[in-house]
Amino acid sequence: MGGRWRGIGFAAGLAAAVVAVQLAASAAHKVFYLTQLTMAAYSLLVVLGLALLMGYAGQASMGQAGFFAIGGYVAAFLTTRDLARFKDGTPFRILDHANLLVTRGDGMGGTLTHLHPWAAALLAVVSAAGIAWLVAGPVFRLRGHYLAMATLGFGIIVHRIFLASPHFGGADGISDVPPLALFPGFAVTGRATVRVANYYAAWAVVLLALWMLTNLIGSRVGRALRAIHGSENAAASVGVPIAAYKTRVFVLAAVLAALAGVLATHYNGGIGPSEASVMKSVRYVAIVAVGGMANFHGAVVMGTLLTFLSLRGYFGTLDDLVFGGILLAMMLFAPEGIVGAALGSRVRALYGRRRRDADDSTAA
Amino acid sequence: MSGAAAAAVPGCAASMTSDILLQFCVAGVTYGVIYGVVAIGFTIIYNTTGIINFAQGEFLMLGAMTAVTLQRFVPLPAAILGAVAITMLVGAALEVLFIRWLTRPSVLRMIMITIGLSIVIREVALHVWDEKSHALPYFTGDAVSALTVAGAKISPQVLWVVGVCGAMVLLLGLFFHATPLGRQMRACASNRDAARLCGINARNMVTLSFVLSAGMGALAGCVVSPITFVQYDSGTALAIKGFTAAILGGLGSTAGAAAGGVVLGLLESFSVWFLPAAYKDAVAITVMLGVLFVRPTGILGNAEAARLRGH
Repeated sequence: MGGRWRGIGFAAGLAAAVVAVQLAASAAHKVFYLTQLTMAAYSLLVVLGLALLMGYAGQASMGQAGFFAIGGYVAAFLTTRDLARFKDGTPFRILDHANLLVTRGDGMGGTLTHLHPWAAALLAVVSAAGIAWLVAGPVFRLRGHYLAMATLGFGIIVHRIFLASPHFGGADGISDVPPLALFPGFAVTGRATVRVANYYAAWAVVLLALWMLTNLIGSRVGRALRAIHGSENAAASVGVPIAAYKTRVFVLAAVLAALAGVLATHYNGGIGPSEASVMKSVRYVAIVAVGGMANFHGAVVMGTLLTFLSLRGYFGTLDDLVFGGILLAMMLFAPEGIVGAALGSRVRALYGRRRRDADDSTAA
Repeated sequence: MSGAAAAAVPGCAASMTSDILLQFCVAGVTYGVIYGVVAIGFTIIYNTTGIINFAQGEFLMLGAMTAVTLQRFVPLPAAILGAVAITMLVGAALEVLFIRWLTRPSVLRMIMITIGLSIVIREVALHVWDEKSHALPYFTGDAVSALTVAGAKISPQVLWVVGVCGAMVLLLGLFFHATPLGRQMRACASNRDAARLCGINARNMVTLSFVLSAGMGALAGCVVSPITFVQYDSGTALAIKGFTAAILGGLGSTAGAAAGGVVLGLLESFSVWFLPAAYKDAVAITVMLGVLFVRPTGILGNAEAARLRGH
């Protein structure tokens, strides 16, 4: 199938670009660029999930940053909270026996006993999935404006909770999050010594997600999702379980966002409430829009470019304006995306010519 | 002595409690009428276009910020009139530049466009003005002057807010029902094709709905700014609350929107009793989600509104 080979070609090209950029950055002694590219890779996970949800299944989510923040905050909370004062309780003993607790210095001479980062990461992703599942039930009874407003509202509530709750550090967020050890000798952390390894690890996760989502879209599920996007009634009439599919896609997008949140939080060593803000959610939407909505490749290219430029500070104080303007311009002039619009007009041109040819032949 | 401190004095708790109740009511109604005006703004545009204008809250912000700037050069009433006129022009420009020429845009596309507009307006406001809070001076008296009505202390500005917004709602009702132009707008809202067959220019009615909605928002922003202050990003919260009020009243009904606003204002005001004030904004959103999930036709809605669900 052409789509499949294009997917493999894109993945190979992306992998080659990832290696080439690293080699070039190292050769030019500008390895610090890799830090922003690692962060961009994490944000791509959110973008890819949203592209699946919004582009392919046609369901707007204006609260995707909420799931990123849930992942990040739960992981940060569980790996910075001292559990030593519960050490006489049964739950503590069970956790201790299962080797799920680690003790480290708290940086002020004392010690800190907390949940193992892996257990915390798992819990973070699972709780995001659970929340997404709970929210999906009522949310997907809604459509159009109501769906957009409900997801926007969900995002704002998550933002408010993290901003207002003292357990999550209020406006300061949570800092001093320990590294997440992937295997001996390598951990997700912002330390300069493992910068290159982290860069590759992050992009490997992106490639993995891309591979998984591409397969999903090429399967029966993908066709069902496109049918839902086209017409819910038509999809239902041919036996597509609409509600179940929407819920699963929403949960999958939330899991990807939460995973991104967990990894980025360990990489940065902390997380703040601005990660859950409405503007962050709108940025993800803008990236999916400029990438071409139902277009993972466009989302990866534009997401990397825009996030990198933004993180490097190229947009200065116009940062939010750039993303808002991009969203507006895309939706006004090229709702199918830049690449999509160009391709679309070419296909239309081809189709039009063929039809004219056909008309000519019948006339003759 | 503030009401809350007085309530702590034993012996007079009972009478003080009713005073606090009254105080909460006043605060709730003040915010409520503002939410009601935003909700009516949503309703006007929704009725003529089927679009939920996510940039609705920005009109209040623009109105108030423009008035604050104009007020440095001209007297207060002129500044407010000027700000309302400028915001109306902005409303017209938004419609003409960004909405009018689209052919059959999908709902998702319109949502993204109005969200994009709200962000662009907000960020432009940040660069035109600054990130600080601004306010017009109190129209009568100052921040501490108060009238005592039935034991509750009421700032004269509250009367201005309630009076101006109430007058606006009445005039709007009069406009819709007693003027030819208003009747034409209602005709477009109820059946666009039939209205066009009668020779009504439906496109101009859409522009007019943006102008009206912007003007009402700007005036409401001006009268409330001495109490709440306004900054470049005040619009989002107002839009969410206005939308909540609009669906509480059953999307599409002007009277329902006004009533929904007051109900939401009161709910929010009394929530401070049960919840930390930091969660006040979350109350409105919870109400919104509750209404959407349980009864999307609104508490005051009817079958007509139900028909519109999902558009």
